[in-house]
Amino acid sequence: MGLELDFSVVLDRWRSLLDGATLTLQLAFIAVVCGGIIGVFGAIGRRGGNPLVERLCGAYVEGIRNTPLLVQIFLVYFGLSSLGLKFSAFTVAAVALTINVGAYTTEIMRAGFDSIVKGQIEAAEGLGLSKAQIYWHVIIWPGIERVYPALTSQFVLLMLASSVTSQISAEELTAVANYIQSETYRSFETYIVVALIYVALSFVMRFGFWLLSLALFPRRRRLGTPL
Amino acid sequence: MGGSLNINHLLFLGHGALWTIGLSVIALVGGGLAGFLVALGRVSPSRTLRLLAATYVQLIQGTPLLVIMFLSFFGLAAIGFNISPLAAAGASMTIFVAAYLGEIWRGCIEAVPRPQWEAAEGLALSRSQRMVKVILPQAIRIATPPTVGFMVQIVKNTSLASVVGFVELTRSGQIINNSMFEPFLIYSIIAVVYFSLCYPLSRLSRRLERTALQKKPALA
Repeated sequence: MGLELDFSVVLDRWRSLLDGATLTLQLAFIAVVCGGIIGVFGAIGRRGGNPLVERLCGAYVEGIRNTPLLVQIFLVYFGLSSLGLKFSAFTVAAVALTINVGAYTTEIMRAGFDSIVKGQIEAAEGLGLSKAQIYWHVIIWPGIERVYPALTSQFVLLMLASSVTSQISAEELTAVANYIQSETYRSFETYIVVALIYVALSFVMRFGFWLLSLALFPRRRRLGTPL
Repeated sequence: MGGSLNINHLLFLGHGALWTIGLSVIALVGGGLAGFLVALGRVSPSRTLRLLAATYVQLIQGTPLLVIMFLSFFGLAAIGFNISPLAAAGASMTIFVAAYLGEIWRGCIEAVPRPQWEAAEGLALSRSQRMVKVILPQAIRIATPPTVGFMVQIVKNTSLASVVGFVELTRSGQIINNSMFEPFLIYSIIAVVYFSLCYPLSRLSRRLERTALQKKPALA
């Protein structure tokens, strides 16, 4: 049997591929924003001094980081429905991804917050800043700035991991690919094209986060120091 | 619809868990060997080799493992290479692990202090002698904690082999669930099993990291 590759039947379906890629980015965006917020609070909780909260946040982080995303997605999917709650696959996927990335973000942000030297916080206290002000100006933003590259990598990994939500039939890029290959019998070509789209998406995301860093950390831009 | 969870179900899950461990070992050994070559390629004096290794890493790190799995199982079958789920899962995991471990190990090789290279050169060791006798023994010490940490990722990612029909832990859970439909219970058990496989590795990795920090080499 001769090897004949025919990419045209796959590329003809560029509209579905585009829709899938858009949904993938939407999922990633929701999970990054919500997971980022969870991460900030989780990291504050893990170093906040209340032993019960510290324990809870620690259990959350360890529980999520030591189980596969696929199993987490199934647990959220069947867990919600056994409570009698019916949501769309997209919502379930977004919730599961948020819970997942929230744990990783908590751990990364904690490392960032811990890297702020004590003298800075004492100086802020000496200037009479309130606790919230200290957290916001001295701990959260400078802390995030230090771990920004790690956060970027984690968020790109999350975008790639969102492919797993195709297993509960969220209509993102991988689900579209499964559909196209079942229709065209061109699975090799389909998955090659989709793999390249993912590569492109991860470049786009990295570039986006780099642009965002210019807006978020103007001091860095002025000093010209790389992140 | 069949009954409640019994000992046979648990035995079946145990069997699946063994295959999860087996696939993890295959991925670690295969991916480790290939990843070592990738790491050497990344620090090679040859521009072409460096470029090749970097392209490989970029491509694989930009592609979800799930798509690699589909590609090697359904994709290869469609162009005439029928391979078993075990071969597809093993190959995909190897390709995937090689890119990540290669990149981790490149960092470890580069973390060996520069004077070590220069001193080895000053002793008139050849490049391969320098690598084998001076750099790698030190790089391995640096590489141990992150490698153990990455083993957690390997174990978790073997769950994706379930999509190509390889009966590891997740897939055996799905099969049981199809017969008794208690998804929340079954996936909770599976999550606990994964946790008990991964958590010791996480702890070990953290402990190794801490002892490595304490025993920082005097030469910087």
